[in-house]
Amino acid sequence: MNHQFSVAIGPVGFRIGSDWRAPIAQLETLYRAYPKPTDGVPDFTVRLFAARPWRRVLRPSVMIGGDFVLPEAAPLPLAQGLLAAEMGMNLQMALGQRRYLLLHASVVERDGEALMMTGVSGAGKSTLAALLSLRGWRLMGDEFALLDPETGQLHAFPRLVSLKNTSIATVAAEAPADRFGPLLEGTPKGTIRHFVPDAHAIATMIQPARPALILFPSFGFEPAARDVAPSEVFVRLTQASTNYVALGERGFDALTKLVTSVPARAIDYPDTASAIAQVEAAWAAR
Amino acid sequence: MALADDTVLYRMARAESLSIVHLDSFSAVYHRASGITHLITAPAPEILATLGEAGMTRAALLDRLARDYALGDADMDVLRERLDELVATGLVSRA
Amino acid sequence: MMRRAPDGWLLARALRLPESTLALDAQGWTALLAIARAEQMLGTLAWRLDGVAVPPNVGRILEDAWRSVEQGRVVALWEAEAARRALAPIDERVVLLKGTAFVAADLLAGQGRSIGDLDILVPRASLDTIEAALLDAGWEWVKPDPYDDAYYRQWMHELPPLIHRDRDRMIDVHHTILPLTARITPNAAALLADAGEVAPGLWALSPEDMVVHAAAHLFADGDLAGGMRNLWDVHCLVEQDGVAGLAERAAMHGLNREVARALRLAAALYGDGAGSRLVDRLYLRRVTARDGWGRTTRPVTRMAFYIRSHWLRMPPAMLARHLWTKWRKGGAGPASG
Repeated sequence: MNHQFSVAIGPVGFRIGSDWRAPIAQLETLYRAYPKPTDGVPDFTVRLFAARPWRRVLRPSVMIGGDFVLPEAAPLPLAQGLLAAEMGMNLQMALGQRRYLLLHASVVERDGEALMMTGVSGAGKSTLAALLSLRGWRLMGDEFALLDPETGQLHAFPRLVSLKNTSIATVAAEAPADRFGPLLEGTPKGTIRHFVPDAHAIATMIQPARPALILFPSFGFEPAARDVAPSEVFVRLTQASTNYVALGERGFDALTKLVTSVPARAIDYPDTASAIAQVEAAWAAR
Repeated sequence: MALADDTVLYRMARAESLSIVHLDSFSAVYHRASGITHLITAPAPEILATLGEAGMTRAALLDRLARDYALGDADMDVLRERLDELVATGLVSRA
Repeated sequence: MMRRAPDGWLLARALRLPESTLALDAQGWTALLAIARAEQMLGTLAWRLDGVAVPPNVGRILEDAWRSVEQGRVVALWEAEAARRALAPIDERVVLLKGTAFVAADLLAGQGRSIGDLDILVPRASLDTIEAALLDAGWEWVKPDPYDDAYYRQWMHELPPLIHRDRDRMIDVHHTILPLTARITPNAAALLADAGEVAPGLWALSPEDMVVHAAAHLFADGDLAGGMRNLWDVHCLVEQDGVAGLAERAAMHGLNREVARALRLAAALYGDGAGSRLVDRLYLRRVTARDGWGRTTRPVTRMAFYIRSHWLRMPPAMLARHLWTKWRKGGAGPASG
C-alpha cells in the first residue's frame, strides 16, 4: 500500500497500510515512543483503503480492512482516519487474538499487582484508567486486558486511550496538551480525542502483572459497593471476551482460575472524584 | 422423537471429556468434545452424578434422584425438563 | 535488484517446500502470513512448517494458528456429531463433505485446515424429513428472504442454510454436489452408495469422489475464490490415495475435464508442475491473485471468472433475473479490498 506504519503495543505487533498519508502521519506522531514489532514481523495487518479508486480524492472515505474484517463495518470520513486505524487494530484483536484471553477491560498496575475494571460502555473505564495513570498507577490498557493462560498474569496493551465526549475535558484538566491527539468531532461515537499513555507506561509495557482485584464500575449512581460472586464474575467476563470460546479449554482454565482466586467488587459512583476514592478504598481492602 | 421412557437409556458424557470447576452455587463445566462451557446448578450436577456412563432409563433416574437427594417432593415434569436440557447440551446422550 | 511482488505463489512455494522459507526476510514473512491468512490457510502453513526454523515471533503466530485450527476441529466434529444425533432416528446415511469429512477421516487434507460450515450430503428423497428433524433439534432458517429461499429450493443443490440457535453454527444440507442449473449432473446416488463410514454413524465420500467434489466445487460451483485451499485439498487427497480409478470415476460423473484440470493445477502449485497447459495459466493467475497485504488483485480476471461461474451454473435469462434482484438490493459482485 502507498503509506504504512508498524508498531508494537504490549506483546502485539501491528502493520497499518493506508491509501492516504494523513492517518499514517498522525499514527507516527502519537505512537512515536513505541517500539516496532518483534523480529519485524507484525501479528496483524490493518488496511485503510478507498472503496473505489476515485474515493481516494473525491469525498474520501476510509474503509477498514485487514486480516480480520467485519462485513458491516461502515467507512469513516478521511478526517477520522486515525479513529479508523484504531478501530482496525481493535478489530484484529477482537477477532484474531488467540494467544491471550481477551477481556474488554481497562487495567492499571501498582506494586506489581493489577487492577482490572470492566463493564458496559459508558461506565467510564477508559476515563478512570486515564485518571488513575495521572495518580501514580501504571496504565496497562484502557480497552483490552490480555490474560495469559500459561502464567495467569495480565499483559499490558497500552494503546492510545480513547476519550469520549465529556471525559475529554475531565482528563485535559489534569494532563499536558502535548499528550493529546486531534479532536475528532461527529464520529459514530460522538466526539473523540486520543490520549497518549505516559513514558513510564510505554517503557514498561512488556512487563506483565498479577491480577489482584476485579472491579465492575457503574457511573451515575449514589456511592455503593458490593462483592460479586465468582459465578457472576465468570458470566460477566465471558460476555466481556471476544475470544473465550475460540480459546477452548485454555480459556476455561484461565478464566476459572482468575474468578476463583481474585476478589471482585461492583462499585457505583456519581462523579469521578468519588470513583477514584472508591477504587482506592476497594484496592486497600482487597 | 417420542420414545417410551422404559426403552431409552440416558448416559452422561464420558467423564474424561468433562472439566468441572465449582464456583459457588454454580459449577462451570467444560465439555471437551464440544468445546462448549456450561454453567450448571442443582439439580443438573445431581442428574449427571446419578446417570454415570453406564446409563439408565428416565423412570429409573427419577426414582433414584428422589431417593438419593431427597427430591421426593420435586416436580417430575421439572426434572424431565432439566434432563431434556442436558440432552440438548450434549452432556447427556440418549441411546 | 527489483524484488518480485509477492502473490499466491509465495504461499504455494512455502507449502510445497517448507525449507524455502529459510530464505525469507521480515518483509517476506509478513507477506506470507498475510496471504496465508487471506486464503484461510495459516493453519495449513503452521502444519507444514512444523520443525522448520522460523523467527521467534513467526513461531508464536504459527503456534496460535495451530491451536486455533485444533479448536476448530473439535467444534466441527461436534457439529457433525450433533447432526448425527438429530438425524439418527431417520434411517439414512449422513455423509460429511469437505473439511469436516477430512478431519473426521483423519486425512492429510484435514491437517491444519480451517473449517467453516458443516456440509452434509443426503438423499434428495429424504430432504423434507431431514429438514423437519433439524428444525426440531434447534436449527433455524438463516434467510427470511423469500426470493433467496425460492432460489435455493428451485435451483440449488442444497437447502437454504440453517443455523443452530444455541451453537450459532451453520449447516448446509446438499442432495448433490452441483446446482441443478449446472449443465453437468453428477451421479448423486453413486456418491451416497460408495461413501464409507469414517466414525460411528458418520460417513464420507469415497477418496475418488472427494477429488471429484473438490474439482466440481472449484470450476463449476464457484468463482475460483478459495482456489488455493481447494487445490491444496486436491493435492493432499491425491498424495494420500493416488489417482487409480479417478479418471473413470470422474467420467461417470461427467466431470472428467474438471478433474483433469484440478489435478494439473494442483500439480502446478504444489507438486512437480508437469503437464500444465497454456489455458491453465489463466486459472493459475486467478487463483494466485493476492498481494502481500492479503488483498485480491487482478480485478479484470476476477470479474471475468465471476460472470463465468454464474454462466456455468445458470442459463443466461435466469442469470439476468438473479443479478437484477441482487443489484436492486445493492450487493452485486464479489467483495473487494
